[in-house]
Amino acid sequence: MFSNRYIYTYASVMVIIVAAVLSTASQVLKPFQDSNIKNEKFQGILSAAEVKVTRAEASEAYKKYIIEELAIDSEGNVVSRYADGKLVEGDIRPFDIVLKDELRLKQDAKAGKARREPVWPLYIMNHDGVKQYIIPLHGVGLWGPVWGNIAFNSDFNTVAGSSFDHKSETPGLGAEINTPWFQEEFKGKQIFDQNGNFVSITVVKGGVSNSSINPLHGVDAISGGTITSNGVSEMLANCLENYVPFIKKNLTSHE
Amino acid sequence: MSNTKESLFSPKNVKLLTAPLGRENPITVQVLGICSALAVTVKLQPAFVMAVSVMAVLAVGNVLISLLRKTIAPRIRIIVQLVIIAALVILVDQVLKAFVYDISKQLSVFVGLIITNCILMGRFEAFSMSNKPWPSFLDGIGNSAGYGIILIVVAFFRELLGSGTVWGYHVIPQFMYDIGYKNNGLMILPPMALIVVGIIIWVQRSKDKELIEE
Repeated sequence: MFSNRYIYTYASVMVIIVAAVLSTASQVLKPFQDSNIKNEKFQGILSAAEVKVTRAEASEAYKKYIIEELAIDSEGNVVSRYADGKLVEGDIRPFDIVLKDELRLKQDAKAGKARREPVWPLYIMNHDGVKQYIIPLHGVGLWGPVWGNIAFNSDFNTVAGSSFDHKSETPGLGAEINTPWFQEEFKGKQIFDQNGNFVSITVVKGGVSNSSINPLHGVDAISGGTITSNGVSEMLANCLENYVPFIKKNLTSHE
Repeated sequence: MSNTKESLFSPKNVKLLTAPLGRENPITVQVLGICSALAVTVKLQPAFVMAVSVMAVLAVGNVLISLLRKTIAPRIRIIVQLVIIAALVILVDQVLKAFVYDISKQLSVFVGLIITNCILMGRFEAFSMSNKPWPSFLDGIGNSAGYGIILIVVAFFRELLGSGTVWGYHVIPQFMYDIGYKNNGLMILPPMALIVVGIIIWVQRSKDKELIEE
């Protein structure tokens, strides 16, 4: 009843039509999707510094609060600078750096096969007259990626606020990292000890008070969310350490 | 072959719409599409969006298959059905990402998994391959509504008891928490959805004796 030729023609025509429809839809909807993703990133950066805005307001608020974006190399040199809506230095807008790729480059560098030096984005904020630094974070939890932003006071040591999010951590357990009570814990913690050594902030299983960790450098983990909590610890150490040379340089130049 | 014109909402057609809500419900009677019913029913909003998405895919897919049914060679009918489902699901996913980004994030992979929802292939094979577009359309709406209504009922109870909210608004008053009421964390986890679906099936079967197997 249906010849082979008919079947082949039918299948080919169908596939071509479907491909045309889907690629058109993708092209038409892409700008909307991209702006959603971008606004979400704006929102995440601002919420670390406790500026709560809706996604629709995020773009405006970001322009208002973030005065400068820097990209920093592993020696602490500024390789690009973006301010007042234009690129002042370097060739990539720090906001467009994909942190995940840079972290992979860092790992590759350890194995001795990096294609180029990784660069690290840093956002400088004017929070109603107070200078704050915001660092984006990316790591792995139990089931998938976790990420966030952490804001520091002008001493670049004391945490002013943080925001975390995750793709698929366990609801009620690891997924708690995106709730206020967990993020509140980070406020006031410090990433350098008295001697100026980088110690990061550890998420401590069983509670900071029951451990040997200085409460200035530790927060309580989530019960039942140990692997996610460890993931957050590792993410903090792995991402923050890249900025240490910059902070050291920056602080001495201030003195 | 009767050529007499049937009215659009003849009793037979209305039955296509209503039967899946009760006695032929895809979830509670045919036990299809359980996977997504467990996964997206933590909150009402995603469950509702999921129900609407499945409705769009199933209604449009049923009509398309029904229109094409005489041209589809039986040897490649499954693959044709799959291509149509996949294309529609990708479209829905793209639209959600563009316009209801937050909910699309919560639904994450489950929109994509509509492709594997057995209800879709089931309706294509069992109904629209051998029926006219209009009845197929009604059948699609009816079945996805039957699916959606269960999703929404399950999500309502899970959200109410698990998070103390309905559609994101707090409904359990603060004094209840003050006197020791706690949200049930278990409701948030997938196993509870299975139990809630089980309770719905139980209630339905004890009311409708015809559903009870010998």
